[in-house]
Amino acid sequence: MAKVSQATVIELKEKAKELRKEILKMLTTAQSGHTGGSLSAADIVTALYFHKMRHNPKDPKWRERDRFILSKGHAAPLLYAALALSGYFSKSLMKTLRKLGSPLQGHPCSRTLPGVEISTGSLGQGLSIANGIAAGLKLDGLGSRVYCLLGDGEIQEGQVWEAAMTAAHYKLDNLCAFVDNNGLQIDGHCCDVMYIEPIVKKWEAFGWNVFDINGHDMAAIVNALDQAETVRDKPTMIVARTVKGKGISFFEGKVQYHGMAPTPEELKKALKELDEDGK
Amino acid sequence: MANKSMATRDAYGEALLELGKRRLDIVVLDADLSGSTKTGKFGKAFPERFFNIGVAEQDMIGMASGLSLTGKLPFASTFAVFETGRAWEQIRQTVCYSNLNVKLVATHSGITVGEDGASHQAVEDIALMRVLPNMTVIVPSDGYETTQVINTIADEYFGPVYVRLGRSKVPSVMPERYRFKIGKAHVFNMGKDANIIAAGIMVSMAIAAAEILKKNGIDTGVINMSTIKPLDTKTLLKAAKSCRVLVTAEEHSVIGGLGSAVSEFLSEHYPVPVVKIGIRDEFGCSGSSEELLKFYGLTPDKIVKTIKKALK
Repeated sequence: MAKVSQATVIELKEKAKELRKEILKMLTTAQSGHTGGSLSAADIVTALYFHKMRHNPKDPKWRERDRFILSKGHAAPLLYAALALSGYFSKSLMKTLRKLGSPLQGHPCSRTLPGVEISTGSLGQGLSIANGIAAGLKLDGLGSRVYCLLGDGEIQEGQVWEAAMTAAHYKLDNLCAFVDNNGLQIDGHCCDVMYIEPIVKKWEAFGWNVFDINGHDMAAIVNALDQAETVRDKPTMIVARTVKGKGISFFEGKVQYHGMAPTPEELKKALKELDEDGK
Repeated sequence: MANKSMATRDAYGEALLELGKRRLDIVVLDADLSGSTKTGKFGKAFPERFFNIGVAEQDMIGMASGLSLTGKLPFASTFAVFETGRAWEQIRQTVCYSNLNVKLVATHSGITVGEDGASHQAVEDIALMRVLPNMTVIVPSDGYETTQVINTIADEYFGPVYVRLGRSKVPSVMPERYRFKIGKAHVFNMGKDANIIAAGIMVSMAIAAAEILKKNGIDTGVINMSTIKPLDTKTLLKAAKSCRVLVTAEEHSVIGGLGSAVSEFLSEHYPVPVVKIGIRDEFGCSGSSEELLKFYGLTPDKIVKTIKKALK
């Protein structure tokens, strides 16, 4: 298989930077929300919405679209940034995040916002939903694919492993999931709160095809997504090793920024860092 | 037609099979109880549209939700205690919050589960489902009504529905001319002395009780309130206004079920005492279903005594 071109990688990295900026601005305006986990998965979601997924912002319910389920619903700002920059709704709506009457609820709500496939926010439930969509698409003989993003703290939920069994049992090879393995959850380091390793071996033991990649290496993300499409009879799990708060030096690896929004001063500094990055 | 006694779960199995024949969008999910819930009949006929999820109720609800998002019409079944208890949050967060077209049809509700005991006897499932926004709650009284309920919620209604079915055989009570409609109670008759608002297996008990009371000169009406949410408040008001004693009868806790729903409405619109027959604030236990009905006071005799006492 042809590897992704350098030009595409450069383009996607720029797009990821744009997403990060929108996330930070949105959260600063809202003055609450989840910064760290939105930034850690920004490269993955960029690769999906701006390269891999077949979707149509003008027709969010297009029958043959690929689907994305944000199982870690607290990364809502990331999803909203991807949807807004894709053209699902006006970018100005991002200013209303978490405000009364806004379609941009604190956690994604499918009834209020086009492009959100299903409401999420309570952890552990997205993979089961993704399985159901994948099974439905197969029944209809559609070649559409289903993508699902889980947090690493999230895999402490028992339902995730029920869904892991189901996806393998029903050979849902049109399903590709990610674990955003940033190593931190609200109460601290994942492996101090509740030991989650060995993540790769666990998914392999549950019958999945597993890739273990650096979740900030755009070429690695795209190549893993391409390879996942060629796998037959097995769902694919991409364990993405990431850094919480990725992209902003003073947020990186800091557990307190799991659920804390930047201050206006922090935003200024952060945007500057992103602008200077790669220059 | 309603001419033989049968378990509502058996009627469900047949109805689902017929529905599967005429509608290709029907998919069925079960959590390793397809022999008991009778979804296995559909599974045998349409294996490609049947998903056994194993002993994993939470995953089953998520999977059903996902299937509904691709335009399928999922029926998800297991025992009432697991469906509404184990998977309550999945039902709340995914099915109800997103208002999905997922039909939850649970069997083995109430104490008539029998010998398996309290762990398997849901006496709080109506309460758990009734509190959820967007949810419709239906408790059919017999096999004939069950068949109609299943067809109605598939053909005429989009949105989450909880249907509560039983394990044991129940007598047929609904007349042949009866047509089920969501939110419409069936009035057998209105009484001047007392009215019994009943659901599920308690409808036949209420009819038997009313016959005994009639012989004692007490004019008693019987109303089958098979839709518990949305409640048929028009019929309820009429029943409350036309009699001296209003009684509710259900195979469920008196907390949060039919009796509560009736009380909630009347306390705001026509405050009258509501005498509740049901399970008191307690768990079930092992025994035959007949023994348990007596033990928990879910019998025509108990209804008769309760009404006589209330009329004094």
